[in-house]
Amino acid sequence: MENPYLPYPVRIDSVVTETEDRNLKTFKLIFLNSADREKFIHRAGQFAELSIAGKGEIPIGIASSPTEQEYLLFTVNKVGVVTTALHQMSAGDVIGVRGPLGNWYPWEQMEGKNIVIIGGGFAFTTLRASIVYLLHPDNRSHFGDITVIYGARTPGMLLYKDELAAWNERDDIRIHITVDAADDPNWQYNVGFVPAITQEKAPSAKDAYAVVCGPPIMIKFTLPILRELGFPEERTIMSLEMRMKCGVGMCGRCNIGGEYVCKDGPVFSLTQLSQLPGEY
Amino acid sequence: MVSLKEKMIHRALLLLSERKVDAVLGFQRGTIPMMSHPILIRHPEGADQLHWDSFCSTNLANYLPQRKERIAIFAKGCDSRNIVLQILENQIKREQLYIIGVPCQGMLDRRKVQAELNGRELLGVRETSQHLHLLGEGFMDSLERSSYLQENCAICTHRNAVIHDELLVEPVLEQEGVDRYEDVRAIEAMTASKRWSYFEELLAPCIRCYACRNACPMCFCPVCFVDESTPQWLGKSIDPTDTKTFHFLRAYHLAGRCTDCGNCERACPMSIKVRQLTKKLEKDILELYGYEAGLSLDQSPPLDTYSPDDPQEFIR
Amino acid sequence: MADRVIKKSEFIELIDRLLESYRVYAPVRQQDMTNFQEISAADQVDLSLANTTMSPKSIMLPQSETMFEFNVDKTSDQAAILRETEKDLSPRLIFGIRPCDAKAFQLLDLNFDTVAYKDPWWVARRKTTTLMGLACNAPCSTCFCTSVGSGPFAPEGLDLLLVDVDDYFLIQVITEKGEKLLNEEGIETEAAGAMKQAALASEKSSLQSIKSVVSAASLAQHDTKTLFDSDFWEEVQFACINCGVCTFVCPTCWCFDIQDEVHKDNGIRLRNWDSCMFPLFTLHGSGHNPRAQKLQRLRQRFMHKLKYFVDKYDKGVACVGCGRCVQQCPVNIDIREVFRLMND
Repeated sequence: MENPYLPYPVRIDSVVTETEDRNLKTFKLIFLNSADREKFIHRAGQFAELSIAGKGEIPIGIASSPTEQEYLLFTVNKVGVVTTALHQMSAGDVIGVRGPLGNWYPWEQMEGKNIVIIGGGFAFTTLRASIVYLLHPDNRSHFGDITVIYGARTPGMLLYKDELAAWNERDDIRIHITVDAADDPNWQYNVGFVPAITQEKAPSAKDAYAVVCGPPIMIKFTLPILRELGFPEERTIMSLEMRMKCGVGMCGRCNIGGEYVCKDGPVFSLTQLSQLPGEY
Repeated sequence: MVSLKEKMIHRALLLLSERKVDAVLGFQRGTIPMMSHPILIRHPEGADQLHWDSFCSTNLANYLPQRKERIAIFAKGCDSRNIVLQILENQIKREQLYIIGVPCQGMLDRRKVQAELNGRELLGVRETSQHLHLLGEGFMDSLERSSYLQENCAICTHRNAVIHDELLVEPVLEQEGVDRYEDVRAIEAMTASKRWSYFEELLAPCIRCYACRNACPMCFCPVCFVDESTPQWLGKSIDPTDTKTFHFLRAYHLAGRCTDCGNCERACPMSIKVRQLTKKLEKDILELYGYEAGLSLDQSPPLDTYSPDDPQEFIR
Repeated sequence: MADRVIKKSEFIELIDRLLESYRVYAPVRQQDMTNFQEISAADQVDLSLANTTMSPKSIMLPQSETMFEFNVDKTSDQAAILRETEKDLSPRLIFGIRPCDAKAFQLLDLNFDTVAYKDPWWVARRKTTTLMGLACNAPCSTCFCTSVGSGPFAPEGLDLLLVDVDDYFLIQVITEKGEKLLNEEGIETEAAGAMKQAALASEKSSLQSIKSVVSAASLAQHDTKTLFDSDFWEEVQFACINCGVCTFVCPTCWCFDIQDEVHKDNGIRLRNWDSCMFPLFTLHGSGHNPRAQKLQRLRQRFMHKLKYFVDKYDKGVACVGCGRCVQQCPVNIDIREVFRLMND
């Protein structure tokens, strides 16, 4: 019997500091045992528990795409005990990964549809996984137009800057990068909050799914705009965060109503969420 | 006791209908024998839910911190002392409160009574001034009330409210010549190793439910040290060292602030005598500073204050 | 499977014999209460109280249990790699468990033994543990098992059910696991008709003596959000002091926390019982807490047991009517009253 609490050992291959405040770092992880690598089959939108022996575990969205098969990427915000310890680690250190956990964005349903990805701040991680997945030559033709709206507080707080620039050059994806404020005179993208840019760019809701992931305040103001644009609740997809421990729906803390965010989520449609108590 | 209850209902009715207060804090009859249920009544029609008997031992001051409305509270001696401390520690304002002193003959210990039953089930109790009558399937026993007092009540020297806006009835006679620290002295007299094993045994049944902490009217830190995660001061298992650390630190935090209301011990599902720890500190504070907690609004707990004639050298 | 019978005097010998092949857990006296403990001799068993103060859930889900071990010595090539802690999973017997508490194990199977994931320790312990229950001839006034799908003689979850009939125990054989135990020990005398009649009479009078009744019939039909937003929570929560008593004494509260502890170079990952009553239970790293208020935490406990669980599994409420929380809550918050508020 597989022990769902036992992490796979992995080695930190590289650490990239993503943001100017140095609070976000991306960890590239390589499995110590190739057999474990083969067992770890994920879909974009899922998360995993990162395990630091002696400190504990923390649920983090998987930032690498299933199409990136040799490694896993996790972009981690430094907030608590485990993430602080992780931030102090470097290439060569061994940690654990438990997963993949939770559900994923509804790729089967979204096939053939236009995709509008809206992200804010450091919640862009599983959206990065999604974009890389969508743009992969094996997958690109299965989806319609792809529009991305991604915002951060300042240019220095954007994640994956090189990739953003590269995607901006492509013609098979439309990307709107925005910041709340920029003091860089050479800033060539948008300035404004994500909800405002969403309104301004007005992506069409026709045959489209909106995938939204960001801080609560961004979600709060973006959802009414998506409604205005004509996105129905069942095609508005969100990913939630909760304090978790087990990650497999057993320890009992991450529920919203009868749903466990770790196992029944973290991805929910707005239709599903509107039937649950607003306790998150 | 019926008369006390009727007087309470009458006072609550009046205070609420005259809008002197927004709510009345008292007790409702429990759903099982020897239990009572704290209740906040906001409307005059609710006043007749009030109840009073010898099992209304919960310290109602526990419900006061950070409340905003004007509240009338029925206060036994211990409740009133905790109100004093809460006012001193800025948890509630004096002018928010209408304190109705309820002279107390000591509350009864439901576990002591239960122990008499030997597994027979109690279906009801009746009280007279000197006796407790136990009713069950095929039995009716009578117990001498005085032998079943909560241990803290048996040695209580402040049965009347120390601060009040009115008294519900005439004050009761305070107990005199009480030896409050017989058990503490017995522990003090032990050798260090014997004392250590005494505490180990005392705290071994602890299940870390924190009922003792949460029942305490003086435990109102926004985040308790056991719940801090950065840094985490102690482990969360039932490891004996962690469990003892919790109890010892909790007791120390109550030094000079504990009124020995017994709410902690009463709440413990495992019947642990947690007052053994707080009483030692109470005794020390009395001996070092001549201070009894919560007797006057003019006296802050000694460990909260600095005074130039502090008996200790280290602070000067 | 035919009922067996054993004389009480022989039963004590049976327990002593079983101690050779099983680790036996039974109610043992602890001051003024009894609790389940592993025993080393039959005479430690104390059946004089109606039930134990703590439920037997800790036998399946210990309050604190080591899951993994590791070392943090960076010079070791095994540093930071977790390995499973070895457990003693030899056969166990729980004697004297009440039907309600056995039913609770079945309910917890729904959480720990799922298609997607299996909790390895829960599943293994359930498999290696035989439940020899004891029917309740004299239920308490706080027992409401019959309202929530169990009963004083209910067989659910048990392997064997003993009925106290004068100088004898009638043994109902419920599962093959139970039958195997009896056969191995040579307990083969079948119960005579009179004995069965006496047991039936006990059951009837026991059922009749249960006066505490709750209704749960409408819970599934009620709208979750309407229940969630009901005004009565304000009233129910007032007296609550947010301690963990109700959750810790409850046979169906299973929530747990996972913690790492390190001493010098050696570390363990362990799990501990946790409680939805505690603010830390849902506190996010960011400081946000979806259940920051006492009302929210209390509501979570009752909604989980009496609504979310009902809807999720369609197996009734996550409450077996043992009455422990009713008896132990320091401020007398009575779940039977919450049943009424939620159901009616």
